[in-house]
Amino acid sequence: MKSEYAVEFHDIVKIFPTPEGGQVNAVDHVSININHGEFFSMLGPSGCGKTTSLRLMAGFEWPTSGEVVIDGEKMGRRPPFLRPVNTVFQNYALFQHMTVFQNVAFGLEMEKVTNQEINRRVNEALEMVKLPGMGKRKPKQLSGGQQQRIALARALVKRPEVLLLDEPLGALDLKLRKEMQLELKALQEQVGITFIYVTHDQEEALTMSNRIAVMSKGKALQIGSSVEIYERPNCRFVADFIGETNFLTGTVKEVDKDRVCVLLTVPKQELYGIGFGDLHPGQTVAVSIRPEKVHLEDDNGTQVEDRTGEDNQLKGRVAATAYIGSDTRVIIDLGDNIRMKVWEQNAISTLDPEAYYSTGDAVRIIIPYENTLVLPEDIA
Amino acid sequence: MISEQAGEPPKAKFSITRLLRENSTAQGFLLISPANLYLFVLVVLPLIIVTILSFLSRGAYGGVEFRFNLTNYARLFDPLYGKVMLFSLGVGLGTTLICLLVGYPLAYFLAHAPGKQRSLLLFLILLPFWTNFVIRIYAWMIILRSGGLLDSLLQWLHLTQAPLNLLYSPTAVMIGMVYEFLPFMVLPLYTSLEKIENSLLEAAADLGAPPWKAFLRVTLPLSVPGMIAGTILTFIPAMGMFVVPDILGGAKTILIGNVIRNQFLTARDWPFGAAASMILMLLTMVLTLYYTRKAGFGEELLV
Repeated sequence: MKSEYAVEFHDIVKIFPTPEGGQVNAVDHVSININHGEFFSMLGPSGCGKTTSLRLMAGFEWPTSGEVVIDGEKMGRRPPFLRPVNTVFQNYALFQHMTVFQNVAFGLEMEKVTNQEINRRVNEALEMVKLPGMGKRKPKQLSGGQQQRIALARALVKRPEVLLLDEPLGALDLKLRKEMQLELKALQEQVGITFIYVTHDQEEALTMSNRIAVMSKGKALQIGSSVEIYERPNCRFVADFIGETNFLTGTVKEVDKDRVCVLLTVPKQELYGIGFGDLHPGQTVAVSIRPEKVHLEDDNGTQVEDRTGEDNQLKGRVAATAYIGSDTRVIIDLGDNIRMKVWEQNAISTLDPEAYYSTGDAVRIIIPYENTLVLPEDIA
Repeated sequence: MISEQAGEPPKAKFSITRLLRENSTAQGFLLISPANLYLFVLVVLPLIIVTILSFLSRGAYGGVEFRFNLTNYARLFDPLYGKVMLFSLGVGLGTTLICLLVGYPLAYFLAHAPGKQRSLLLFLILLPFWTNFVIRIYAWMIILRSGGLLDSLLQWLHLTQAPLNLLYSPTAVMIGMVYEFLPFMVLPLYTSLEKIENSLLEAAADLGAPPWKAFLRVTLPLSVPGMIAGTILTFIPAMGMFVVPDILGGAKTILIGNVIRNQFLTARDWPFGAAASMILMLLTMVLTLYYTRKAGFGEELLV
């Protein structure tokens, strides 16, 4: 490896003027280091700055401040045609006036590669995306999925240092998208090129990536593996954006390293959980509890036992249930219209209606300490 | 008697309503009949009249005698008219080529101008059409005549010493023609250039093409439909033009359009004028057909 990282973002800021005459920080002080050979995703809702970040790497935009470094070289204001990266565009951007072969060969012709070499590499690339023998067709004669593969072949044939993918599967139907996800991941492992993948689809990011940057309002809120960002989100936005969760609000009562005691607003009781970020007593926090990480017990009327250090308990009444096969989704009213969703796995097969919760049942929600995440309100 | 008739429905032998109810071909024909009527009155009928005229002969006092003959066509083989025809072809092709060369950068600039400016610029391109064409060509007389606006400007800039004597020359005719037909070239070019998505140029740059290569390999080929539509829209009317050579060309520059006009209006030899029109139309048609066979009609523009 020539350099430590494939792509580095050093405190990147990108400001765009708005049509109203104001300005917007599309990328706001983002620093990221992306490893060689990594499948790195940038995940976030539209307008979070993920596509702008990608365009800054490709050279279609230049940062307002900060430095983009690719393979150890400062990019400065280097134009796209001189950068060692290639892009797979969201709408594929295939040249409709050229055949598939000419599309894929285009990048090699720019490199002054011999015709023989072009022939060999184009056919190799078409084979790699499982479309051999399609060279003579025009892009319009291909399906959306096939066009997507051609766009991929056209970028990969250049053997770039880094491949940038801008929501490449966005236009495909769900089934094809799932297939392509696995194929892309396999392809990436096969060629060993760094993939930087922009998506708003969390499942897509979780499936394929080595690491994910969760972005919101121009900031990279958390960078970590799929497991890290799901199990240990570092703020309310990340917990909310990735998967489903319940939020209870409260104030910090006591901080003991990462073990935090929170006094909930509703119901008025204490919970123990893992703390994130710089928490101090008196601070308002969000307690995130994933619906599949708790379980229910019938409430037999006894007092809530104080089982500090083991599990948290909340009492409530079942407000609604939905049986969806693999589990039963239960909505529990904690009082004051504060509701919590709980997914009870249907581990036992039975037709007995008594085995399932029904509306009005009094229940206790058991929440293990490590499943209770105490998060600061959003940084962004 | 009245009761007898009331009992039986009237049996019409031919009813248009019934025909239309039962026959889909008739329905279709009725639906396009406004268009058919247009075509018949404005294209087919005049063409038939001109064709018939071209085979008749001129009467003693400028009328038309219904005597079939081919002399009108035979007269056109006079080398004098051959020369005029060739010269017209040259002017037509020249006008088209210059319009393309001048119009392309203009259309490119228009297509890449920011939204608000773009509509203003398009408006400016169409603005001259608000003034009568003949008046605008007369305005060029003032610009081009000896000691006129252009001469004064060039001499004031010390670029020339003596008047250029541009007026009443083929150059003046070309200038007038290019001026007149430029919008017909620019607008279709603009349409095709404006349609080229920016992401295609980004893709070309991303794949290693510097801007000039991206232009040659992506922008230029994708604007071909606009070039075809523009050249057809320029070439065909340029071939029949007579106003510009009349006003700016003087007596020296005669195009086939002038010949035809003179036969109809001055010499009052309608049959000969009709024959010349037929030849001009054939020539233009053959050239345009050959061209569109090779290149298409630019119909991609419509998609």
